[in-house]
Amino acid sequence: MFELVRNVGWRTVDNVHGLGGITLFGSRLVLETLAPPYRLRRIVDELYNTGVLSLAIVCASGTAVGLVLGLQGYNTLVRFGAEQSMGAVVGLSLVRELGPVLTALLVTGRAGSAVAAEIGAMVATEQLDGLRMMSVDPIDFVTQPKALALVLSMPLLSALFIVFGLFGGYLVGVGLLGVDAGTYISSLENNIDFRNDVLGSLLKSLVFGALVGLISTWRGYTSAPTSAGVSRATTGAVVQASVATLMFDYVITALWGVGV
Amino acid sequence: MSRSPIRDLLVGVFVLSGLVALAYLSIQLGGATYSGPGGLTLYASFDEIGGLAARSPVVIGGVKVGQVKKIELAHDGSFRARVTMDVDRGLKLPDDTQAAVLTQGVLGNQYVGLSPGGSDTMLAEGGEITYTQSAVVIERLIGKFIQNIGNGEREKKSKGGDGP
Repeated sequence: MFELVRNVGWRTVDNVHGLGGITLFGSRLVLETLAPPYRLRRIVDELYNTGVLSLAIVCASGTAVGLVLGLQGYNTLVRFGAEQSMGAVVGLSLVRELGPVLTALLVTGRAGSAVAAEIGAMVATEQLDGLRMMSVDPIDFVTQPKALALVLSMPLLSALFIVFGLFGGYLVGVGLLGVDAGTYISSLENNIDFRNDVLGSLLKSLVFGALVGLISTWRGYTSAPTSAGVSRATTGAVVQASVATLMFDYVITALWGVGV
Repeated sequence: MSRSPIRDLLVGVFVLSGLVALAYLSIQLGGATYSGPGGLTLYASFDEIGGLAARSPVVIGGVKVGQVKKIELAHDGSFRARVTMDVDRGLKLPDDTQAAVLTQGVLGNQYVGLSPGGSDTMLAEGGEITYTQSAVVIERLIGKFIQNIGNGEREKKSKGGDGP
């Protein structure tokens, strides 16, 4: 009985400890980003790793999602004789939800896991300790550029995802199903609002970028210095970042307002 | 890591294409700058605007010339809907132009259709379109139709009773 209560207590303390740890780590990241030196060189390198290398998968997935949305949207709308609203259906679902969320999930799988694994391997091979020996702060030198690159590349990748998705919807709607091209485009332009939709989408992808960057660098940085520890860190980073993305998506949608 | 020209170029291409995509979303689709300087603001009051909303198109003869900027209840106590429209500045509209709330297809989006009149004086910035035609609300139309059918049958019945 006492054992059970003690167990609950220990788990609570452990979780709160972890939460405090990641908060401190996050504020260190923000501090190092704002304070010089800025390490532009390192950030460009990391932008290549997270942004450029995720480009192909994001564009391909965006087009595929747009194609499917076009097909599904058309089949539903045609029952009500409202095919001319297809641009609105494809555009609003891409801009508001699918663009930022799916991009965040893809980038988590493609780049977040790589970041966690790389930092975890550096912990396991004592490279971070080596940096500390030379009085180079590993948070400033290793983790901060990676996290910042994820934050910066997320909105850009999300915007590309959305544009490719709109193109995919156009291909199916106009090319395959015979919706008028002008109707598709004007339905898009008339129904997407700058503040409600585009700014909300941008805010979402920035928050998701911060979440993915924070969680994957944190999991890598605190991984146990063994091969099993690295694999746990990678899995944990992907799972936690994905779940956090989906949960924060609801919170942001509720707070930002869905609009009319 | 050492400086690599190809990597830098690719990062540059990535950042620029992302920014272009963002700009396309905000300017072309979001219409962030459509209502910038250069637009001519016109007002019109309607009894009923149906599903008209901000950013609905303003059209002359099927060509889009502007969009609805704002919709509010008129302040003069008439309980009419006051619609603020933003149209191309180059447009010379006579002051007896008519504005009507129309629908694209049966279930489509609603828009404001302008039909220019024949007057010699033109509408200026902030001008008011006085001749307006309200939206057709389909529920009322159906209601009227059903009522008419009912009346017709009653008439027929009463006629039948009078006859030989």
